[in-house]
Amino acid sequence: MDPLVIVSFLAAVLAATWRLATPFIYTSLGEVFSERAGVLNIGLEGVMLIGAFTAFSITFFTGSPVWGLAAAMAGGLTCGLLFAFLTVSLKANQIVVGAAFNLVGLGLTSFLYRSIFSGRMETAREYASFSPLEIPLLSRLPFFGEALFQQNLMVYATPFVVLAGAFVLYRTAFGLSVRSTGEHPRTVDAAGLPVGLIRYASVLIGCALAAVGGAYLTVAHTNQFNEGITSGRGFIALAVVVIGRWSPWGAFFISLLFGFFYALQLRLQAVSGITIPYQFLQALPYLLTLVVFVTLRKRADAPSALGVPYKSS
Amino acid sequence: MAPPSAAVAVALLVGGILLLFAGYSPLKAYAVMWTGAFGSLNNLAETLLKSTPLILIGSGLAVAFRSGIWNIGAEGQLYAGAVAATLAGIVFTGLPAFLLVPLVLMAGMLSGAIWGGLAGFLKVRFGASEIVTTIMLNFLAIIATSYLVTGPMIEAVGKFPQTAQIADAARLPRILLPTRLHVGFLLSLGVAVATYLLLFKSSRGYALRTVGISPDAARYAGINVGAGLLAAMAISGGVAGLAGAVEVTGLTFRLYQEISPGYGFDGIAVALLANNNPIGVIFTGILFGALRSGSEVMQMNAQVPSVLVSVIQGVVLLSAAALGVFRITQTNNQEE
Repeated sequence: MDPLVIVSFLAAVLAATWRLATPFIYTSLGEVFSERAGVLNIGLEGVMLIGAFTAFSITFFTGSPVWGLAAAMAGGLTCGLLFAFLTVSLKANQIVVGAAFNLVGLGLTSFLYRSIFSGRMETAREYASFSPLEIPLLSRLPFFGEALFQQNLMVYATPFVVLAGAFVLYRTAFGLSVRSTGEHPRTVDAAGLPVGLIRYASVLIGCALAAVGGAYLTVAHTNQFNEGITSGRGFIALAVVVIGRWSPWGAFFISLLFGFFYALQLRLQAVSGITIPYQFLQALPYLLTLVVFVTLRKRADAPSALGVPYKSS
Repeated sequence: MAPPSAAVAVALLVGGILLLFAGYSPLKAYAVMWTGAFGSLNNLAETLLKSTPLILIGSGLAVAFRSGIWNIGAEGQLYAGAVAATLAGIVFTGLPAFLLVPLVLMAGMLSGAIWGGLAGFLKVRFGASEIVTTIMLNFLAIIATSYLVTGPMIEAVGKFPQTAQIADAARLPRILLPTRLHVGFLLSLGVAVATYLLLFKSSRGYALRTVGISPDAARYAGINVGAGLLAAMAISGGVAGLAGAVEVTGLTFRLYQEISPGYGFDGIAVALLANNNPIGVIFTGILFGALRSGSEVMQMNAQVPSVLVSVIQGVVLLSAAALGVFRITQTNNQEE
């Protein structure tokens, strides 16, 4: 193959990597907080869908993706409040509530979409979304120009959000209490800190960011909604958290890795003359996750109290 | 059973508010739904047909959840079973029914058990979270099915992405003509009873439940925790695989891409709602089957989007969780 072709292929893959990684970055960063405090939320897929639909519909009616994003966060916080109420206050099983969130998220968004928008879509105006911002000069850089400097605001924001997340988790008193709550809630309780409140806060952060990850799909990555638009990304984000060892930067880089696999399979599908069935490429990210699990021999450092409701005695 | 019925009431109320909000008449919609699920012999049969895979999967997952392993992969295990059953049903055309039917069902069960057992193996050997691996295995099974029905296993005519039909002798007999209800429904009841006996009336089941309640205590009592987890995954995977085989041999007679509308995920809810008791699963399975078939009729006759059923199912679970139905099963792998 012509080396020039290969280089431009790789440049295109890189350009798509960060874009495709972005929903994973937001969602998994949030879940890092939730799980570090000891709350496992397998309902991320549902929360992402609610974020995606809220952002879509508010942007559709207001014409402003900023309002859409804000509304998605509000929707995520509402989800978080309900999730925390059930799992922290009522000490309900986290897997049950998470599984229910996935059902409700898919059902509610699809139902509302069909009720509100069916029939309207023929006349649907293209609504505004976060469009790519080209950084002057830098975006013209060969090879890396498109990948790093022709993205939209929500993509550019990711390293800063992760930086902020890492700072809060490792350098603030709140972060310390979050991490301790996930490891040993009884000690936190004995130290006079409110275990329940800390878990509420962490779950709220987790759901708000998952909603932002979902919103990204409808107001930045594309400007449309369709039923089940998240197509399993919430589940991938769960895997990202584990492989990234429950750390914000770990989540960031593993998200980029997943973004790379997605970009690679999408780009390879577009290359003519490749005879691999597309399903093999589709399977790549999932297969690699399994391989990573097997090669990372060491038992993962999951927070010790993950999934365990806290009953003060 | 009081809290589950209260949970259903809450869910119908929430669904009703949603219907009202979207401009439908809740009473009319629910009336159509009820007739759709139970209104005629045929509707009842369709409800039981949709309950069949749910009862099967739910019974298997009850075993896994009671053993403390979170198998989220029933959907993939169902697909794995459907693929193997279809293959057996296409290849072994010369066999008589009394041999072929058990063979095809066994093939599905074995395939599902392997697919589920793989996640169990990764958990026991490498400490890989089964929640993550079963989710990945779901994606892989669905993608593999898509590959098989568009490529190597596509029907000879090659018009649609589907396999050829399985042999006539591989098909499950119908039990309530003229409806489509087949013997797979009775099989699902049998499996529910068998898993109940295994879990609650056998020493192996006692060992599994001990592993689920406290792995440390189990280890102290000399129970092989790893083997228990592996067995629980293989059993739940095998039963989910059987569900896939039953779908193929009882209903679709061939394999295509979206053979399951998410039975594997609904099965999780079915098991949890029954407090992971396989006898309870029979009732929650029929409840979820009725909701699904009723909502399809509701969409057809009252133009209410059938996806409403997911909301109702989800809220049933949420309110059951809030009402404390699952207190007893709040076991975990970690000690406090």
